[in-house]
Amino acid sequence: MNSVALTALFTLGRKEVVRILRIWSQTILPPAITMTLYFVIFGNLIGKRIGEMGGFDYMTFIVPGLVMMSVITNSYGNIVSSFFGAKFSKHVEEMLVSPMPNWVILFGHVLGALSRGLLVGGIVTLISLFFTEIQIHNIWIVLSTVVLTSVVFALAGFVNACLATKFDDIAIIPAFVLTPLTYLGGVFYSISLLPDIWQTISKFNPVLYMVNAFRYGFLGVSDVDIYTAYAIILTFVVLLTALCLHLLNKGIGLRS
Amino acid sequence: MTTALKVSNLKKTYKNGTVALKGLDLTVQSGEIFALLGPNGAGKSTLIGIISSLVNATSGDVEVYGDCLTKQRNKVKSHIGLVPQEFNFNMFEKPMDILVNQAGYYGVPRKAAIERAEKYLKQLQLWDKKETISRSLSGGMKRRLMIARAMMNEPKLLILDEPTAGVDIEIRRSMWEFVQQISDAGTTIILTTHYLEEAEQLCKNIAIINHGEIIKNTTIKQLLSTLDIETFIFDLDKNPSEELLKLLDAEITEDNSIQLDVHKSKALNDVFKSIDGLGYKVLSMRNKVNRLEELFYKMTHKSEDQKEMENQS
Repeated sequence: MNSVALTALFTLGRKEVVRILRIWSQTILPPAITMTLYFVIFGNLIGKRIGEMGGFDYMTFIVPGLVMMSVITNSYGNIVSSFFGAKFSKHVEEMLVSPMPNWVILFGHVLGALSRGLLVGGIVTLISLFFTEIQIHNIWIVLSTVVLTSVVFALAGFVNACLATKFDDIAIIPAFVLTPLTYLGGVFYSISLLPDIWQTISKFNPVLYMVNAFRYGFLGVSDVDIYTAYAIILTFVVLLTALCLHLLNKGIGLRS
Repeated sequence: MTTALKVSNLKKTYKNGTVALKGLDLTVQSGEIFALLGPNGAGKSTLIGIISSLVNATSGDVEVYGDCLTKQRNKVKSHIGLVPQEFNFNMFEKPMDILVNQAGYYGVPRKAAIERAEKYLKQLQLWDKKETISRSLSGGMKRRLMIARAMMNEPKLLILDEPTAGVDIEIRRSMWEFVQQISDAGTTIILTTHYLEEAEQLCKNIAIINHGEIIKNTTIKQLLSTLDIETFIFDLDKNPSEELLKLLDAEITEDNSIQLDVHKSKALNDVFKSIDGLGYKVLSMRNKVNRLEELFYKMTHKSEDQKEMENQS
């Protein structure tokens, strides 16, 4: 990595983090409030009636899922709003006219999304401590899955932002794709509760592997094979990175 | 003399079928302030967009200081500073942050970037606004901010796309001074403007672009010398008589003022003699319109008329 690229990466990453902190009332506070409500309503009020799931009380079971859900939505949301915002107000041109390599533009934004995802994930984890005790089965699995999943959704958000031409385009994917995939990805339940056909269908949902690998790191239980989960997550990282770089190199959605 | 910019057979057709550039050739020498004029939709912004990597060319070559855009894009980018027509900075950021970040994108370390930002914010009279949210800056300040931003990589080639649009005369003149200063320091400047007086004031060479083609590429002096007739307005000491109007083939523009066309072969002394002969005094005299503006209008409309004739035939 040459010094221009390194300085540019540092500048862009720093700028993204400053942006997240500057608008903390939009980036940090809402997910913290939403997740607190999830803990109170699903974990505390409804959870008491549900009883155990996967060998753990319901609140303990959903904590990893809710943390992962907040990481996914915030990583995705950060990059989409930041990059599409830059496109919309044209200040993306500041980057496009500079000699900053395309991979720096991508990784700088991914760093920003990762920072917000991990920051919000950390805050949600801290909030969960008010409701339950957290146990950690394998810290390395916890850290690696949360980072890789954040990267996957940051990259997916970048694709969305590149291809979007209007604000509707960045609202549609989270509403109609991301939310259903997350809610049906084993955040609130074990797929072992589902009929066989739905278990099979659920296994086509990549979020299931991410949530379960993360939960495995905390609780040591998972609905899916942990190695398969890593293979799927890493495949998405590679494919989406290639797609993002292709979009940047060709200028798709960026240059006329 | 080094060539700063060489554009060869540059073509651009947009996806909707609009042909913006039709094999354009252009050379700009190092160190000059070069005017690029053309009516709206002539292809100026497309040309600038391609040079600065914001638009993909359909075919053709662009070289900046000997580096080829298609083969050494990042090297070419590092030579260029761009001041676009539209405001394209984050309105929620402060000028200082905008400049320092821009320098960072060009690989300038943060400490050096802060020093450079201070230098240009001061030069462009924005220093006291360095911590103000950019959205609240006036139009002129926003324009100057974009010029400061374009200087952050200390470019060899600065492209100014209508930098003084919507700016009052005082600020416009201070911006001209700044442009002249950076030109004197060795930066090559390409200027597009609708204020033709600006081009006449600052530039030595000029290219006029229309319908995606260069229709004239010469020195401003040479271009102006092709103008046969100039229109003058004379302010007289009293109301002109019919006899004077007839003699000079002039018309009254307002009280005590007459307007007449003077062929460049005719000496102005003859006009003064005629006025003096009928007992009038000339209090002041001026050109009716900017000479370059008149030429520009004629040339761009001539090419349109020619096209129309070709289409009809």
